[in-house]
Amino acid sequence: MPVKVAEEWLNICGGCEVTILDIGEPLLDLLPELDFVHMPVLMDHKYYGQTGEREELEIPEADVGIISGGVRNEEEKHITEEMRKKCGTLIALGSCACYGGIPALANMFPLEALYQKVYRESKTTEPGDTPAENIPPLLDRVYAVDEIVPVDVYIPGCPTNPDLIVKALKALLAGETFALPERSVCDECPLKREKKAAGGAIKRTLDSVDFKLGEPYDHTRCFMEQGYLCLGPVTLAGCGHKEGDNGVTVPRCIKGHMPCRGCFGPIRKGANPMVDMMSAISSIGLDAKQVEDRRALLNRYIGAQKRLRPLPERPKR
Amino acid sequence: MRTITLAPVTRIEGHAKVTIHLDDSGNVADTFFNVVELRGFEKFCIGRPVEELPRITTSICGVCPWSHHLASAKANDAVFGVTPPSAGRKLRELCNAIAFTEEHILHFFFLAGADFVMGPDADYSVRNVIGILQAHPDIGRQVVRNRHLGAQMLNIVSGKTIHPVTAVPGGFSKPLTEAERDQVLPMANEVLEFAKFAIAYAKENLFAKYLDLVETTGVITTGFLGTVTDDGTMDLYDGKARLMKPDGTYEEFAYDQYTEYIGEHIEPWTYLKFPYAKKWGPFSMDLDNPSGIYRTNTLARLNVCDQLSTPLAQAELEEYREKFGRPVQLTLLYNWARLIELLYNAEKVVELLNDPEITSTDTRVPVTPRAARGVASVEAPRGTLIHDYETDENGLVTDVNLIVGTTHNNAPINMSVKQAAQTLIKDGNYDQGILNKIEMAIRAYDPCLSCSTHDLSGRILVKLEIRDSQGEVIETLSN
Repeated sequence: MPVKVAEEWLNICGGCEVTILDIGEPLLDLLPELDFVHMPVLMDHKYYGQTGEREELEIPEADVGIISGGVRNEEEKHITEEMRKKCGTLIALGSCACYGGIPALANMFPLEALYQKVYRESKTTEPGDTPAENIPPLLDRVYAVDEIVPVDVYIPGCPTNPDLIVKALKALLAGETFALPERSVCDECPLKREKKAAGGAIKRTLDSVDFKLGEPYDHTRCFMEQGYLCLGPVTLAGCGHKEGDNGVTVPRCIKGHMPCRGCFGPIRKGANPMVDMMSAISSIGLDAKQVEDRRALLNRYIGAQKRLRPLPERPKR
Repeated sequence: MRTITLAPVTRIEGHAKVTIHLDDSGNVADTFFNVVELRGFEKFCIGRPVEELPRITTSICGVCPWSHHLASAKANDAVFGVTPPSAGRKLRELCNAIAFTEEHILHFFFLAGADFVMGPDADYSVRNVIGILQAHPDIGRQVVRNRHLGAQMLNIVSGKTIHPVTAVPGGFSKPLTEAERDQVLPMANEVLEFAKFAIAYAKENLFAKYLDLVETTGVITTGFLGTVTDDGTMDLYDGKARLMKPDGTYEEFAYDQYTEYIGEHIEPWTYLKFPYAKKWGPFSMDLDNPSGIYRTNTLARLNVCDQLSTPLAQAELEEYREKFGRPVQLTLLYNWARLIELLYNAEKVVELLNDPEITSTDTRVPVTPRAARGVASVEAPRGTLIHDYETDENGLVTDVNLIVGTTHNNAPINMSVKQAAQTLIKDGNYDQGILNKIEMAIRAYDPCLSCSTHDLSGRILVKLEIRDSQGEVIETLSN
């Protein structure tokens, strides 16, 4: 019997759904074991029946439920509850579902400030009232899925890594549990570390890192030690893709010659990446106070679960 | 009077619902394409270091992250007052062209194509890519493989395929090595072969069969917006705006002048705003007498451009124009135009990879923060994308305005839904096949409601409400 799967996307960009397709041809081998009963991005199952004949929103029963995206409006909250009710195992797919993701940067502002900007203070917009007819009201902030209902499996990342989706699905098909090991991006990063900074101030990414192009990765010095803020020390490993059979696993952004921004979220539940990163910066001899826009940068993908909230306006520097 | 709510609109990116009001005799009185979410990027990007925006605005859309990434990097170039080295620009264009192949394959075969391959009236349980895989396993495998080749190429060139990081202010962070180029080139050639197959297959087996549907469904008359070079050739990465009226006459402007030409209107029943051509008069979606309405995305780009720069795609454009004229108004032909663009981009990828300069290590110039405004545009798969930033002397963002591809098409989608519903629903008679044909008119636009609801949340709910003549909702269909 194939396993019944329901997929829903909430406050999303769709990147995690594309990542499912990025499994590539191996996905075709998995398909006979999966029976998708609801997945708005790929199939036409409707909430209220195929001709809208039902009053109540309904998602079919499924063995596995996958939710991507955080929870932003009343309808998404309702869908999240319906998914929990109908699905045996519930997976939070991607950092939005796990931690709020980039949209939870909005949690730094009161909802009314967002409306004000979008509908009344935009360069091209004829100012008007906030739309409110026949559309679900927004919640006060962005919520992670587990702030609404219990979650069984977390697969973070922005987007997540197709290899992890395969591993998680195979584990569930075999009746096993799935959890990522508590390792940091640095634990799997192949760049050379000397445990102290090369000196100087913390730099923004306004020029190139020093990268030994075409040479083995361990010929290039750690970006953080070069002075470029890199969130590797406080970010869960898992983004990297192994380069060929004998190759090394390289974190994705490092492969792009850019420092990590923390898209896989904290290494363990309850960690405080902001505090941990400040101490990581100090430990190699850099001044953590020099980090520009520290609060938003160190919480970029994890602003739900009350990590980001509106602060009183501060006077301009 | 009854209301049909179609919810959610499916096989599109993001969330929306359609509301259809029926009068006492069961004919369509009014329809609404309700977009139900908002995220607020324009607010929460304020205060961030501007060089971080190419890594934040990507999350507006996980399907076209490269478009936001590149528009943001280009707006950064303008803010910092720099021009990337030639190889940096070519690497950006290479990634853009690869991303277009991937996204056009995704849309045609995974999303909209099932309506043509399986038939618009097929049961919903098989009218999808899994149905295609079962009915046509050989084609299905090619589709999955070739879309994935795009992702693999982007991984080799840039490290991160979705929510990329390598387009930076001043250029591109990672030069392409000879070894990587040699690895990518055969993949690019395979995708080019697939693109040739895709358009030949669709012309012979799909479009010919549904020509009557194409000629009647979602048809409206509008203007068009797209990007061209100085000689009128289509360009997806850079150029000037060409804004064409329904009669084919046009005016052109530099994108930093966009506020002179484009306004955004608000309606109370959708979070999504309605861009319109300000100089054409007040905004109106009246089907018989629309005002200010223009469209973007594939149909529009092929309408406004004089020619394409690659030979196979140019030949296809000529054949298409021979058949349908210029400008083309038939909404479902977005899909045909999309396959011509797939071919164009597949040719472009091979062309750029064969350019000796593509492996130059001179890909980036350093930048220094300053107070400035930077406006930039690219053509995203779903239409013209504008990023407009202002910064303080420390390079922190003080204002952001974004107009994205699907948002331009908000009014046209609403109008096409109305036209399709009025044509297809008569005397209260409708079934899932008819409602699906209304959704086909939406799918043609390949709307990305994640993109277009960047304003606050990511979800466009298309919910279709059918109401009776008293305005009572009789049925609701939604995604």
